[in-house]
Amino acid sequence: MSGVFGLALVLAVWGGLWALNAWLAARGGRAVRLAVPAIFGLTLLLLWEMVVRLFGVPGVILPAPSAIAAAIGANLPLLWGDLVQTFFKGALTGYVLGCGAAVAVAVLIDRSPFLQRGLLPVGNFVAALPIVGTAPILVMWFGFDWQSKAAVVVVMVFFPVLVNTVAGLAASGAMQRDLMRTYGASYGQTLLKLRLPAAMPFVFNGLKIATTLALIGAIVAEFFGSPIRGMGFRISTEVGRLALDMVWAEIAVAAVAGSAFYGALALAERRVTFWHPSQRK
Amino acid sequence: MSGAPNIAAPGAGIGRRGRLWVRAALLPVLTVVAALLLLWYAGAVWMNAQWTRDQAARAGTEVTLPLLLQDTLSQERPLLPAPHQVAAELYDTVIAKAVTSKRSLVYHAWITLSATLLGFAIGTALGILLAVGIVHNRAMDMSVLPWAIASQTIPILALAPMIIVVMNSVGVQGLLPKAVISAYLSFFPVVVGMVSGLRAPDAMQMDLLKTYGASRSQVFWRLRLPSSLPYLFASLKVGIAAALVGAIVGELPTGAVRGLGARLLSGSYYGQTVQIWAALLMAAVCAAVLVGVVGLLQKVVLGRMGFGR
Repeated sequence: MSGVFGLALVLAVWGGLWALNAWLAARGGRAVRLAVPAIFGLTLLLLWEMVVRLFGVPGVILPAPSAIAAAIGANLPLLWGDLVQTFFKGALTGYVLGCGAAVAVAVLIDRSPFLQRGLLPVGNFVAALPIVGTAPILVMWFGFDWQSKAAVVVVMVFFPVLVNTVAGLAASGAMQRDLMRTYGASYGQTLLKLRLPAAMPFVFNGLKIATTLALIGAIVAEFFGSPIRGMGFRISTEVGRLALDMVWAEIAVAAVAGSAFYGALALAERRVTFWHPSQRK
Repeated sequence: MSGAPNIAAPGAGIGRRGRLWVRAALLPVLTVVAALLLLWYAGAVWMNAQWTRDQAARAGTEVTLPLLLQDTLSQERPLLPAPHQVAAELYDTVIAKAVTSKRSLVYHAWITLSATLLGFAIGTALGILLAVGIVHNRAMDMSVLPWAIASQTIPILALAPMIIVVMNSVGVQGLLPKAVISAYLSFFPVVVGMVSGLRAPDAMQMDLLKTYGASRSQVFWRLRLPSSLPYLFASLKVGIAAALVGAIVGELPTGAVRGLGARLLSGSYYGQTVQIWAALLMAAVCAAVLVGVVGLLQKVVLGRMGFGR
């Protein structure tokens, strides 16, 4: 009987909040645009909590959001240490090295259409491969610590950024290049003042794709061996101990780190490519 | 059959076009691939040299250059196996072994591929359904779409170990847990792509259908769905590559014994580098074939619908 009652309660809350959202969505406006997704997210959390409590779902299958929040609160130093190990040391180092190398290679092969025609199909091909699979090899080469994770990230982010940068360098118009030539601009000047700035929307597209790849690479590489800290290490060991509240806590941290990383790049993009139509208000 | 060649004969221009194509597209790619192979060989010699020198020092023999080259390219557990070693392992496990054998790479690839394809089908179907809902319901659009877009920026692959273990503990094993991971990885790209696709018809086209008095479902089937297909195919390519990664990573945490991910893991446990590289290349071939098939479908379908023109 309590099961039926619980189900009715869950459905009632769901229906009520959905009706509220539908009513809000029909009104429109700037505040609504933010409120509706927020209410939807809260609804999901609330329903999750209610389902776990009302039906007594065991914590080894699905911990309640409150339990996850408690796990986050109780393990802040541990979570921070994992974040530093995986995100700042592994992912960020690899990201900077990989993206830097990709942009550098794109500029280097810029003068050779032959190399571009050769590298682009290969790069597009490699960008679709399950590169995460190189993790065991790179862990063998660079050891268990963050260096091997950074190496995985370098390989993962290199090709998407390379392909986008090469496409970007070809993006400036013929008229604009002709204008630079009439100014007597050298190759380097044209590159620096016209073609690189014109390439930035493409470069940032690649950089934004690479943020998620970097985090995935750093976390999955830790499944193949890691010192006793790091988000991937924590996830795999806590899963083994069935301490799922801790696993969800790590995933929450990874989600926040991932969106913050992406958000930071989106902000930088707005600063750098303020002239592009997609950034104008 | 003497005299000037008949230019108008069917197939006459193909030789020239073919040569041009070789020069413009194939040659640069082959050059780059050859350069990569050379780099690979050089890397193999360089990385495996230490082991050869150590062995020689232990045996008290001198290492000459020919000997060094020969040994570094034929070690049993090299740091970096040479391309021909990986090719030999691939030949051994793909062609020489029966497909049903547990040592056959085709068998392992099929285990992974079946999870990938099942998950991809589920994820795509659910993604299209949700996109249709989002396009037709304003409340759903405003509530769900921001979260679907935000999910692209977070590493949802990190959920994989937990899904495997939790589904295991409620008694679901084998194909399905991996397929679930593949499904949710391919789900979000499809939702996001399909929503922009279903919204691709411009106001003029929508107005035209309105003047025809078309119903909502007619607008959907005759205008929205056809014009969404280019977007759908672009998402499908992203989705199927992600689904394969999901299936491979899904094989890591529980110590699975079958599948490409399991081959990677056991190779890394026992230092069998040649096995790792073979599994990796097999995974690459699978990814290339999957994306290639979707690409081919895209070309055929869009071509017949007149998008190519």
